[in-house]
Amino acid sequence: MWWNERVSIISRGFHGRRRPDSDRLPPGQYLVDDFPVLSAGPTPRVPLDRWEFTVDTEAEQTHRWSWEEFQALPMETPTVDIHCVTKWSKLDTTWEGVSLDVLFEDVETAAEYALVHSYGGYTTNLPLEDLLDGKAWLVHRFDGEDLEPRHGGPARLIVPHLYFWKSAKWVRGIRLLNEEWPGFWETAGYHNYGDPWREQRYEGD
Amino acid sequence: MPPRLAWRPAELAAIADESGTARTLRFRVPGWPGHLPGQHVDVRLTADDGYTAQRSYSLAAPADGDLVELTVENFPDGEVSPYLTEVIEVGDQVEIRGPVGGWFVWRPESKAPVLLVAGGSGIVPLMAMIRARRQAGSRVPFRLIYSLRDQDRRFYAEELRRPDPGLDVTYLYTRSAPAGATRPAGRLLLDDLAEGGWPATFEPDCYVCGPTGFVEAAADLLVALGHAPERIRTERFGPTGGG
Repeated sequence: MWWNERVSIISRGFHGRRRPDSDRLPPGQYLVDDFPVLSAGPTPRVPLDRWEFTVDTEAEQTHRWSWEEFQALPMETPTVDIHCVTKWSKLDTTWEGVSLDVLFEDVETAAEYALVHSYGGYTTNLPLEDLLDGKAWLVHRFDGEDLEPRHGGPARLIVPHLYFWKSAKWVRGIRLLNEEWPGFWETAGYHNYGDPWREQRYEGD
Repeated sequence: MPPRLAWRPAELAAIADESGTARTLRFRVPGWPGHLPGQHVDVRLTADDGYTAQRSYSLAAPADGDLVELTVENFPDGEVSPYLTEVIEVGDQVEIRGPVGGWFVWRPESKAPVLLVAGGSGIVPLMAMIRARRQAGSRVPFRLIYSLRDQDRRFYAEELRRPDPGLDVTYLYTRSAPAGATRPAGRLLLDDLAEGGWPATFEPDCYVCGPTGFVEAAADLLVALGHAPERIRTERFGPTGGG
């Protein structure tokens, strides 16, 4: 919820519905209590014994975790606000998973860019620094329950400070790159970076 | 960097009831850049004290100069849709930004057969594709499977009854089927998609739009029928997505 400084076009008879917590809502967003789903195609199903997560560096060093190895890592339970580019925001969502700082502990890289890729072929890009320093998690539980396939299970990325399409569902790995490589929505008219507080929804915003 | 998509003033030019709970709104948007069927727009409303709210709506028809057409379903608990379906009158103004979305689109030069699967108001962007096909004189065969609660909920009923060579329409009713219907009312099943759709070997482009549960179910069934996941494009509609 926000207030428009430049009042030009008034919609006669529109009053709107103002809600509390407005300072936690980025511009153009509205609050929801349920958990809508956004995805571009069918939901992939990944059996846990075939699941793996990889980090590939620009020097082609591959770091690999099986499901059991992922589960053995130290877990965190971040509570964060999430903001979807389709305009809904949900406050205080609680996840369980591993900070990307843990996964990157032994990764040697000078790359600046990351391309996240998922089972099913989805990709999204972001600067590597947006994945580190407590800003991103690989999670397998939401609200105390195992993550449902339609919400990205068995595991998805959570990068809450960017629009939610950056929080790739069904995540399979991260490729580190010296040059930026735009992902799925980033080549379909959406913003390359996607900061909700600067309302970077679409290309050119 | 392309230029930022601008908010444009939009004046309501015409309005018509589409069903008991939905209206089709036609806005004049000076300088509209055109769009592809399947794309959507953002609509912004501003109250007289400066408070604003915005939502996304699918475009219901291909570009027609600077006229832009939306069909909006009223979600009684929504903030924006009750205004667009109950309050707004011809001559009133909103702001529109777009077009948006480069994935859930059909391009008239495409040669693949098309399967459209609509759940409820998910018909809107699919109708834009049907209209674009007709407008372009495309001979690509289209099949539409349109699942909805009952006959009274139909959008575009008259237009979909008119003969449109190469377009095949199948209605599925989930709550009550018309008298004499051979298919009992019920949710979408594998056989519905097998009978009303295309064999996977024809490699059709599939577009599925509707509420989340419907889209999940339809996309899973299409995969089970052998359609390649990358040929199944989905878009969700609903109180939260469209409110």
